[in-house]
Amino acid sequence: MYYVAVSLRWLKDNLFSNAVNTLTTLSLTAFLLWSLPPLIDWMIINASFVGSSNNDCNNEGACWVFIREFFPRLMFGSYPESERWRIYSTGIIAILFIFTARQYHRTAFSVILFGLFSIIAVTLLYGGFLGLSRVDTHQWGGLFLTIVIATVGIVGAFPLGILLALGRQSHLPVIRAFCHVFIELWRGVPLITVLFMASVMLPLFLPDNIDINKLLRALLCIMLFASAYLAEVIRGGLQSLPSGQQEAASALGLTYWQQMRYIILPQALQRVIPGIVNTFIGLFKDTTLVLIIGLFDFLGIVQSAATNPEWLGRANEGYAFAALIFWIFCFSMSRYSLHLERKQDQ
Amino acid sequence: MKPDSNNVVQFTQVNKWYDKLHVLKDINLSINKGEKWVICGPSGSGKSTLIRCINGLEPFQKGKLTVNGLALDSLSEINTIRQQVGMVFQQFNLFPHLSTLQNCTLAPMKVRGLNEAQATEIAMHYLSRVNIAEKAHQYPNQLSGGQQQRVALARALAMEPEIMLFDEPTSALDPEMIKEVLDAMIELADSGITMVCVTHEMGFARQVADHIVFMDQGEIIETAQPSDFFENPRSKRTQQFLDQILTH
Repeated sequence: MYYVAVSLRWLKDNLFSNAVNTLTTLSLTAFLLWSLPPLIDWMIINASFVGSSNNDCNNEGACWVFIREFFPRLMFGSYPESERWRIYSTGIIAILFIFTARQYHRTAFSVILFGLFSIIAVTLLYGGFLGLSRVDTHQWGGLFLTIVIATVGIVGAFPLGILLALGRQSHLPVIRAFCHVFIELWRGVPLITVLFMASVMLPLFLPDNIDINKLLRALLCIMLFASAYLAEVIRGGLQSLPSGQQEAASALGLTYWQQMRYIILPQALQRVIPGIVNTFIGLFKDTTLVLIIGLFDFLGIVQSAATNPEWLGRANEGYAFAALIFWIFCFSMSRYSLHLERKQDQ
Repeated sequence: MKPDSNNVVQFTQVNKWYDKLHVLKDINLSINKGEKWVICGPSGSGKSTLIRCINGLEPFQKGKLTVNGLALDSLSEINTIRQQVGMVFQQFNLFPHLSTLQNCTLAPMKVRGLNEAQATEIAMHYLSRVNIAEKAHQYPNQLSGGQQQRVALARALAMEPEIMLFDEPTSALDPEMIKEVLDAMIELADSGITMVCVTHEMGFARQVADHIVFMDQGEIIETAQPSDFFENPRSKRTQQFLDQILTH
């Protein structure tokens, strides 16, 4: 009896406390009752999980066989099956390095470790020496390519964004103007046009014998594009600090870079963690635009699989799966940012 | 003309403008080693601007200012001068993301190049001297205003400067905390360091100062020894100022 009373009390306090809340509760319940059962029917109850072709699926529910058949391509694109251990190894080394860096809390050490990792990652993934066969970047694809683009974009955009934000506050007019123009230029154009220009128009201007890898061009564009947004977020953090912080640091004889490194940036970046993560989540989803220059990222593979004649009409499953995977990644980033904010509050 | 070796701060015809506003007018001031100077005057008189010129926080447009014989014009000399000149601010300006101890060891390590053990030893020495060593591992926001200001004093002293500047060090404090900060400053004055203080604490001025400067509207109106300053002020404006600040 006691629990019933407590439950009723909770319902009354939280769902039916007044007329507006009661109406909201009832209409949301109605909406869920109307929309959820058909979704669950489609996703699970009527769905087909076993088989190997489109004929093994019924048309009442989702055909998860489609995802299963294309799973390796969705993850790795055309990266040769026999070489995929190189991707796994890179992933494991990345995790090991991250844990090692976190153990020591020394920025210089982390930077060295990161440089080492970049060399190892390029060697392993691209190959071409040390007895590793070369896997050309046009074979890279799927979620693997999405993660490569997002990681390089984030890691490159972060320091660049900091420099641009500091540059915009510089008292040297040339540096200030350059950073301002750079930021406004990159923020002012859609990423899709930047990618298109880099891939189609740039080769027209360059001499014939110079061929910059298509992936490299896309990486550079995304990095510069995100850095412009990031610079403005970080500038907000810099402006929110009281001027006394820099004055006190100057008065102690710290040089400009020491002031930034030890006093200003630790505080400014901490204040704008939500904005920084927001930019990174945007960047992660923007990586899907590389499809227009012929790189097959995760969503690109989904789209090409959905147009496969043997699997016609399976686009729903493909996009549902893509949505789930993207959501997992973005939600993880958002949780990580909350964790960082809480850690600093202690 | 070679400056007197006792002379540590020399203002010669220093002028400063904020756009059209003339905030320092023909400042001449000669401060010798070990002297205690108090600068007072109504708000907006330029006294904070004056003191902030000494360590290069404020640039000036005309005149000459030397600290320990080094002229404040080139960037490299400003950093040399700042290592010899400590400063305490009205708003404390402690670094909130660093502990009390880290606030005091950062500059000795990064600027003077001491190792962590040496810097910690020096920092703890000065934290003890201002009676706050027991808070070494706390963060600034866990301390009261008076405690924060004493940490700020220890932070400046940990660079072992020859000159200490105080820019209204007690103006942002609750009344009951003013004494603990003034006591620390009086104790410091006994050590023979050169001190330049912008302050309204006339009791402190009377007790510690060798010279008092009265400023109004960017000008030095009067420079005097404390006894003359309080008993026989030469100018009318000084008299008015003293009447306002001493009668309440």
